[in-house]
Amino acid sequence: MAKYILKRVVMAIITVLIVSCVTFLLMMSVPGSPFASEKALTPQQQATLDAKYGFDKPLPIQMVNYLKNALHGDLGESLKMQKGRPVAEIIADMFPISAKIGVIALAWAVVVGILLGCLAAYYRGKWVDSLLRVVCTLGISMPGFVVASFLLILFCSPVGPELLKSFELTAIFNPDLGAKAYFMPCFALGLYPMCYTARLTRSSMLDAINQEYIKTARAKGLKGGKIIFKHALRNALIPVITYLGPLVAFTLCGGFVVESVFSIPGLGRYLVQSITNRDYFVIMGTTIFLATFVVLMNLVVDIIYKLVDPRIDLTKGE
Amino acid sequence: MDRNKENEERRDGQLHTEAPASGEKLLEVKDLRVSFFTPAGEVKAVGGISYELNYGEVMGIVGESGSGKSQEAYSIIGLLQSPGKVVGGSIHFEGRDVLAFNKDQMTQFRGSEVAMIFQNPMTCLNPVYTVGNQLVEALKAHDKKISKADAEKRAMEMLELVGINNVEKRMKQYPHEFSGGMRQRVMIAMGLICHPKLLIADEPTTALDVTIQAQILELMKDLQKKTQMGIIFITHNLGVVAEICDKVSVMYAGKIVEQGKVDDIFYRTGHPYTMGLLRSMPRVDAESHERLIPIEGTPVDMLNPPEGCPFAPRCEHCMKICLQKMPPYVELGEGHRAACWLRVQDELKKQREEGAQNG
Repeated sequence: MAKYILKRVVMAIITVLIVSCVTFLLMMSVPGSPFASEKALTPQQQATLDAKYGFDKPLPIQMVNYLKNALHGDLGESLKMQKGRPVAEIIADMFPISAKIGVIALAWAVVVGILLGCLAAYYRGKWVDSLLRVVCTLGISMPGFVVASFLLILFCSPVGPELLKSFELTAIFNPDLGAKAYFMPCFALGLYPMCYTARLTRSSMLDAINQEYIKTARAKGLKGGKIIFKHALRNALIPVITYLGPLVAFTLCGGFVVESVFSIPGLGRYLVQSITNRDYFVIMGTTIFLATFVVLMNLVVDIIYKLVDPRIDLTKGE
Repeated sequence: MDRNKENEERRDGQLHTEAPASGEKLLEVKDLRVSFFTPAGEVKAVGGISYELNYGEVMGIVGESGSGKSQEAYSIIGLLQSPGKVVGGSIHFEGRDVLAFNKDQMTQFRGSEVAMIFQNPMTCLNPVYTVGNQLVEALKAHDKKISKADAEKRAMEMLELVGINNVEKRMKQYPHEFSGGMRQRVMIAMGLICHPKLLIADEPTTALDVTIQAQILELMKDLQKKTQMGIIFITHNLGVVAEICDKVSVMYAGKIVEQGKVDDIFYRTGHPYTMGLLRSMPRVDAESHERLIPIEGTPVDMLNPPEGCPFAPRCEHCMKICLQKMPPYVELGEGHRAACWLRVQDELKKQREEGAQNG
């Protein structure tokens, strides 16, 4: 197991390295520079700035230098958006907000999704199942920003019903409001994964219920609840867990749309802004950070996978 | 037997060897009918079968796929899958009406008084729980008061009883770490852990290779002698029947066409279908190059069963009446009967001869 984790960590480092190289090259190949906007710089000023940040050197050397610093924890500083502020500090500032929304969204999505999936499987073919199917199809086909806009119209616009307005939700994110502030973004972010999880759970649950070991469990004289929640659910969860890895990534990356709609000062939105501003070190820093995070989450999911399904031997078949 | 004494014995972890005396009636099935209500119509999977099983007896139910032999067994233990339903007849277990059990009674009944083992041990154990966990769970479902340590001890004893070595380690292993034969042993241990009075074995050796089959049969025979439980052994393999059963019911198209003791079935065969089964079975003493004789034709369409004897279309002795009316049972000996017009004919001939002699 330790050997496996070590192997995965090494692979993760390689993955992150590749991601950073590709990002760096793509970023540099896009026209424009962080100093290009406001007023035109004299060639001399330009040269001084380039020399200061090392942009005068050939690309490979720039990249190696950057990675070397990054290994020491120095992700550079913001060139534009928060001029002079270390990128690591910006990430430390903004990631907790994104993470909090992401974790809440994921948590409700997975819990509610699995419950609804079980419910739909249990009442297969009945009206509950049909209703859930309609809801889930809607949830899956609506992009996050549509859901977010709908919420805004319902809760915050003059055309929304009076009753909903009495909740006094604000269109602009304000963490001081507590639960009220998190309701809309977390709902918008979690709706798609929730619906997807529910559909997935329903089908794998139906699959599990028809397995022979369920017949054995019934023949043993176990009670219905124990059969569903002990014997069927754990097997049904295996495909759901497989989906959790990509889901974490989705929530992080999908987060920027929701963050933009609700003006949340989170990392996703900041990454997008940094790209339009060509704030090179912020782009690199946040990309490396997010890539590391996603790779790490995938590792965690694989380990959970092993815990749920003993047949999986992580040390073999690599 | 005194209830308390019995419970005490159960807790001892010993198999109670002298349950109600061998020969007493354990299970009585009368005119049982099971139908499946499909969109295409009612499929009469089991069309009125009757039999009795005593303590300590092993009854084989033989028939080809789709003859209703498994469905009949599932209805005893209340495991019929929707859209299957018992539509008539009765099942009495130790005099109690099984079909009148409510849900809780049925749950309690399963596992503790009647256990079932299935055809494919590879898929019948839950892959995500240890063997020990699944054994202990079966025990705890019927004995709420048993402590964890006691339950584990009992589970280990059962595993030893079915011939598994190194039980302490085996308890902590998952089903995928066992071979097919070992898993079937675990299934048997799980079935017997609560000392059921009746064990229903649904083709327990079909999915195993031949050497393992023999071992499992040997084990079941051995355990049956120790426990005096009744066994219903569902199979399509007459060799297995000869090996383990006391009596046999031959099913065809949801009906028992012949039933009797093993010797009756093998040496005094009364029904052409049984005859066909016997002829299609390989024999050790056969001449070299002797071909097996298959039963021609295909099983009946259960959605539109023909009038008359269901086997008539495939029967080489088919007569006019066979296609028109279902034959009644004819007693051919003690506990040996067959439903065939040929036997009715024999009977009439015998009566006539007797009449002629007397008169």
